[in-house]
Amino acid sequence: MSGRARLVAVLALLAGAAVLPLFVSNFRLFQFTQVATYAIALLGLNMLTGYNGQISLGHGAFYALGAYTAAIMIDRWSLPYALTLPAAGLLCLVAGFLFGIPALRLEGLYLALATFALALAVPQILKYFEDWTGGSQGIVLSKPKAPWGLPLNPDQWLYFVTLAVMLVLFVLARNLLAGRTGRAIVAIRDNATAAQAMGINTALYKSLTFGVSAAYTGVAGALSALTIAFVAPDTFNVFLSITFLVGIVVGGLASISGAILGGFFIQFVPNWAQDISKAAPWAIYGVFLILTMYVMPFGIAGTVRLLVARRRRRAETARAATAPRAGTAKAG
Amino acid sequence: MEILVQQIVSGLATGGIYGSVALALVMIYQATDVVNYAQGEMAMFSTYLAWTMINAGLPYWVAFFGTLLVSFAGGVLIERVVIRPVEGKPILTIVIVCIGLLVIFNSLAGWIYSYIQKPFPSPFPERPIMLGVVVFGAHDLGAIGVTLIVLAFLYAFFRYTTLGLAMRAAAQNPASSRLCGIRVGWMLAIGWGLAAMVGAVAGMMVAPIVFLDPNMMAGILIYAFASATLGGFTSPGGAVVGGLIVGVLENIAGTYISFIGTELKLTVALAVILVVLVFKPSGLFGRAAVHRV
Repeated sequence: MSGRARLVAVLALLAGAAVLPLFVSNFRLFQFTQVATYAIALLGLNMLTGYNGQISLGHGAFYALGAYTAAIMIDRWSLPYALTLPAAGLLCLVAGFLFGIPALRLEGLYLALATFALALAVPQILKYFEDWTGGSQGIVLSKPKAPWGLPLNPDQWLYFVTLAVMLVLFVLARNLLAGRTGRAIVAIRDNATAAQAMGINTALYKSLTFGVSAAYTGVAGALSALTIAFVAPDTFNVFLSITFLVGIVVGGLASISGAILGGFFIQFVPNWAQDISKAAPWAIYGVFLILTMYVMPFGIAGTVRLLVARRRRRAETARAATAPRAGTAKAG
Repeated sequence: MEILVQQIVSGLATGGIYGSVALALVMIYQATDVVNYAQGEMAMFSTYLAWTMINAGLPYWVAFFGTLLVSFAGGVLIERVVIRPVEGKPILTIVIVCIGLLVIFNSLAGWIYSYIQKPFPSPFPERPIMLGVVVFGAHDLGAIGVTLIVLAFLYAFFRYTTLGLAMRAAAQNPASSRLCGIRVGWMLAIGWGLAAMVGAVAGMMVAPIVFLDPNMMAGILIYAFASATLGGFTSPGGAVVGGLIVGVLENIAGTYISFIGTELKLTVALAVILVVLVFKPSGLFGRAAVHRV
């Protein structure tokens, strides 16, 4: 796709997303809000795992941290809703950066292992700080109302807020990844030693990527706490982290649009599969994980990109074949 | 003092189980350079098979060895069908495939057997054994014994048999082994089969303690990771020793450090993993990993 075609497509999608609340029920809208929330979390994880090559099986922990930050700020300290998102982002940025420092010494498998252990430990840790987190009962919140007398119900208002946050974060991520920093991040994934030899401070970039990735996931966690209006420790179990992994793998590793596709996948596929059996969503996730790795290692987004590139190449060869051969004529 | 000895003894018992799962992890890692995240769920599924056989009226030990055979075949099959296509691919790909296996086994077990906990019989007598003031659970002692037998069996297998030698060679230098006529691919498959067997033993030993349910191995897997990390991912003996240390450490920390109690036990495992990985990534008995640039 050329730059202009892509811009038109993005604008059309945005227009569609903006008028969506007119056509769907509140429950559907809630689901789309969830999709946008997941997309933010997935983009965060994708920066770390897809672009930077650091495997995290524990991003549910940062999602939980963000969600609980929001819940505690609102429920315990009665702070305004608007403060929760930046606070969750900032806290997770610091937490991710700090976790990223020991993670620097861990490569591939070992990092996956350490983060997997983190994911498994999250519910216990949440239950332990009972005074703050409300223990296994969790915290019940009320949904924020639309300000300035806007004629929107809470679900619609949250949908637009989430959409706006997502838009801002996606533009930021795109700019970050398309520039010099992004090239450094990818270079570290492809060959850390070569990247270092070229003067990239790999330690700094890796822990910063960890921090930013955690911040994205934390903001998403805070948004989910507001949308669902409830947080409880057992929803942040190891399977949440695996869900995120499923999302980026199926949507597309190292792809920004893949995060949105992944969000749709992890929101809607389990719903459909639930009708078959309680266990079916996970069986389907597992099969999708393995099959994606076999047949489309860069997910849906990567496969689409590949098909578009192939079509364009074919079109170009066709054009080259029919066009008069200026070069050969001169040579002959 | 009695409490301390008691805690150490029961720590050793659970440690033996962590050690055997860790042993399975280390074996696959050594044979194939893959950390099998599905190890715990495979063990859980094997235990369900044993439960099915026992419920069908088979005597315990027949079911036990039957399960080992089926698990071996299953492990070989999984390597051939699922892991082989991603052999030599980036680590991320392999981790993702293993996680895929993990959720498939977990949901299959839930689908077939439901998520309700089931009791699982122990082959050892119920009456505890008293030695002085210390009480030993017969099952705990039996579990330690079984773990040690498995370790001895594996040691003998890798040390004294031609097949074991071939497997070690295939893991250490696949190209040269292939030139010597060793079928490297099949060695990897047998490695997965053996690991599935060891995992099945661990599952059947732990199920009488924690009860059988599809999520029973999640906690144990993290302790097994901690054990394998502590002992060193390159050392099978180290994995068992690491398991015993982690088991004892977990119990003592739970009893004597008041803020840990029973609620933060998993966090102990996380702390062990992080501390070992940061300060001595090769573990107590492992070799430091050397990479060619």
